[in-house]
Amino acid sequence: MVTAPVAGSVQSLDRADGRRSGASPGPWRTSLGQLARNRGAMLALLLFLLVLVACLAAPLYADRVAGTDPFTSNVNGTTVVDGREVPVLEASSTGLGLGVTPIGPTWDPSHYLLGADNQGRDVMARLLYGGRNSLLIGLSAAMLCCLLATVIGVLAGYFGGVVDAVLSRVLDVVWAFPVYLLAISLSVVLLTSGGAAIGPVRVEAGSLWLPVLIIAVIYVPYVARPLRGQVLALKEKEFIAAAVGVGASDLSIMRRDVLPNVLPTVVVFLPLMTALAMLTESALSFLSVGVQPPQASWGTIINDGLGLLYTRPAVTIAPGLAIALTAAALNVFGDGVRDALDPRARLRGAG
Amino acid sequence: MKRPNIRVAALTGALAVVVTACSGGTAPEASPSGEAPSAGAASGEFQEQHKGGTLKLLAKSAAGSFDPKVNYTLQYWQIFQATYDGLLAFTKAGGDASFTVVPDLAEALPEVSTDGKSFTFTLRKGVKFSDGKEVTVDDVYASFVRIFKVSSPTAGSFYNGIVGAEACLAKPDTCDLSKGVVVDGATNEIVINLVAPDPELQFKLAVPHAAINPATAPTEDAGTTPIPTTGPYMVASYDPNRALKLVRNPNFTEWSRPAQPQGYPDAIDYSFGQTVEANITQVQNDQADWVFDPPPADRLNEIGTKYADQAHVNPLTAFWYLAMNTNLAPFDNVKARQAVNIAVDRSAAVKLYGGEQLAQPVCTILPPNFPGHDPDCQYTAGAPSKTWTGPDLEKAKQLVQESGTAGQAVGIVVSDDEVNAALGEYLQSVLTSIGYKATVKPLSGNIQFTYIQNSNNKAQISLTSWYQDYPAASDFLNVLLSCTSFRPGSDSSINISGFCDKGLDTKMQAALTLGQTDQAAADVQWAALDKEFMAQAPLAPLFTPKLIDFTSSRVGNYQFSKQFYMLVSQLWVQ
Repeated sequence: MVTAPVAGSVQSLDRADGRRSGASPGPWRTSLGQLARNRGAMLALLLFLLVLVACLAAPLYADRVAGTDPFTSNVNGTTVVDGREVPVLEASSTGLGLGVTPIGPTWDPSHYLLGADNQGRDVMARLLYGGRNSLLIGLSAAMLCCLLATVIGVLAGYFGGVVDAVLSRVLDVVWAFPVYLLAISLSVVLLTSGGAAIGPVRVEAGSLWLPVLIIAVIYVPYVARPLRGQVLALKEKEFIAAAVGVGASDLSIMRRDVLPNVLPTVVVFLPLMTALAMLTESALSFLSVGVQPPQASWGTIINDGLGLLYTRPAVTIAPGLAIALTAAALNVFGDGVRDALDPRARLRGAG
Repeated sequence: MKRPNIRVAALTGALAVVVTACSGGTAPEASPSGEAPSAGAASGEFQEQHKGGTLKLLAKSAAGSFDPKVNYTLQYWQIFQATYDGLLAFTKAGGDASFTVVPDLAEALPEVSTDGKSFTFTLRKGVKFSDGKEVTVDDVYASFVRIFKVSSPTAGSFYNGIVGAEACLAKPDTCDLSKGVVVDGATNEIVINLVAPDPELQFKLAVPHAAINPATAPTEDAGTTPIPTTGPYMVASYDPNRALKLVRNPNFTEWSRPAQPQGYPDAIDYSFGQTVEANITQVQNDQADWVFDPPPADRLNEIGTKYADQAHVNPLTAFWYLAMNTNLAPFDNVKARQAVNIAVDRSAAVKLYGGEQLAQPVCTILPPNFPGHDPDCQYTAGAPSKTWTGPDLEKAKQLVQESGTAGQAVGIVVSDDEVNAALGEYLQSVLTSIGYKATVKPLSGNIQFTYIQNSNNKAQISLTSWYQDYPAASDFLNVLLSCTSFRPGSDSSINISGFCDKGLDTKMQAALTLGQTDQAAADVQWAALDKEFMAQAPLAPLFTPKLIDFTSSRVGNYQFSKQFYMLVSQLWVQ
């Protein structure tokens, strides 16, 4: 858990110091400076940004470079390799002529750079499009999860009593289920029932927001519990007592005194939860209960490649590598953020 | 490469299977492996030098109950051929001969009364169950009653014509077939009386559900507890989580080589639980002899090249098709159904199934080399012709526009295995391209088949397949598309399209009646009916599959029965 400086007091000192000397950079800027000096974290951030930009450029690659539609089957299509027109899915012509094998990597960006999958679709184009979905789900789920967890953690920790008991038990119930079991169960139920409806908002079964919602919900306890603990500790601080003493409302205290102090923890959680959410999405999609066809994600592409593991391992290896690199980058960056916001954690680790 | 575990015809209920005996019209087996058709091999002399050894079979999973009256899976029907016998049997031989019904526990084929309602058999003497007790006419009577008491899956479709059967179906516990199955212990005579002529009865008596069990067999599903057998093998142990072990039946003496030949291996071990990949590797390494499950797509090329001598490819009398719900938009519109038929690229479907050596595009309901099959393709690029030449997307789009269904949402229900999922994804692409908002709904293979049958689930279009129960055109057309085989709200409504055309039903009845006297003429009528059904397009045939059996290098004497596939008991392992 991040134990950030007590914001109420630090912020006011910071403001006072700023007025006095104009030299103190403040805790956030200090942390940013520290993060910028962390080479590992910066390299990881660079790698993540590279992946992000590449994925955002997916339509550009598919339209302008590969000239392919990665969401339409091309079973009887052809492409050009070494100046020869060849079928994208090639029937065996040796022995008994059993089986059909998709074209392998050509290393030619305009003609199936990483080969084709079993539908004759360009793996590279799908990898980039799949990355967009994986990252979108990962980032969105992490943000939604952190938002929900912050609200629950702050409410439970600040009010205590019945509110804490009820919210904590709800979290306990969610926590009691193995995370993947719960995710798969929710996905199966919601997919077969046609989606989820929350008040007037309806999320269709094939929508990308369904896995976002499921992943966000299942990880809420993992973020909310540490935040609740932190708020419980904060409640005992003098500045909270002072705020209560001057008659500040609960909402005001939570917003102005509690929330700023738990935000660093939330910030540390964000990249780590993004990596976790992305991995969960990949697992769900691999099991066919995440992103639904014809949309792609790295998990669905691995699933597509499973039947081609012997003959065309690139279909599986490429998204697998993308997941591993992105998750590693996010984790290293997340560690860097934690070190920057909580230098004592690094010292504890070193000790 | 799906090989269906469930070869369900009508699971329950009245399928008007008043039919015709059909045995002709089948062409010689085509074997891409180049091996000679193995017709009649089991009928040859027993070769003593190959007797012995243990045959090791593998499957990803067991197929449930080993009760021959309950199990309805290809996996165990294949094994039942070496363990259980009925009054009649399909010849245990390769090639076309395997469609011929021969006397098994009966001394001869039945004498049929002039009105076609009574079948008289004489039970062989001296045949014993594996527990040492002799087979008697009382066992025969009890076995027919047991069909209803255990609620055999085909009780209502195959055997409902026996006098007294309707009451047995209504109240299985008090089933009385004393007027339907009349036995005489003194003469060993058995008379089966029907309420109406059934020329297909002989086929129905040759399938495992009509096997003769001891009268003491339980009146409920025997499950994993083996029932004494009459064939060359009996069950030594059965644990669905691990293995099925068959050993020689000490009381078996060969009485008819075509019906029940002596087996070669001393024991047959059928192990379960490993992945198909692992099982294929075991066969490659000669650690096992055969795998039930079809090889994964990416192992096919390896098997077809490095292990070509051990791969046996055989065409099946079956077809894969898209069933379109004719009672639900958009496929309640014939033009929408025709659009799907003409839009689907059958060669693409063949590719996704494993290539041209493992499947063949079809446009008809009756598969090639099957009674009543007449090559015809109404939905192909260009003018209708005998064979499918290609899809016509422009025409399909036009039909969708004309139907007024463009832009509608369509859910494609498929099984979630590799081949079905790939086909589903392809079909989604096709339906999207002709103007629908298509989505794929993959369901576990365990439930997909029953799910799509139940009209309450409102499946609009579903991918499924049909494998013959016995060689008769009615087993396809009448079973799959007659009004009586559509049972709204039932999981056992094999008419998945919910199609009902009274006029075509009447014509089918006429073909069935004609088949009693002139089978060739009846087959011509069935061929015409096939065309008439396809004009209404309640389904879109995709391809007829072939089966690949991959055996170890030590296995010899491979024979493929068109009825029950590889003859397990006739394999040599030494």
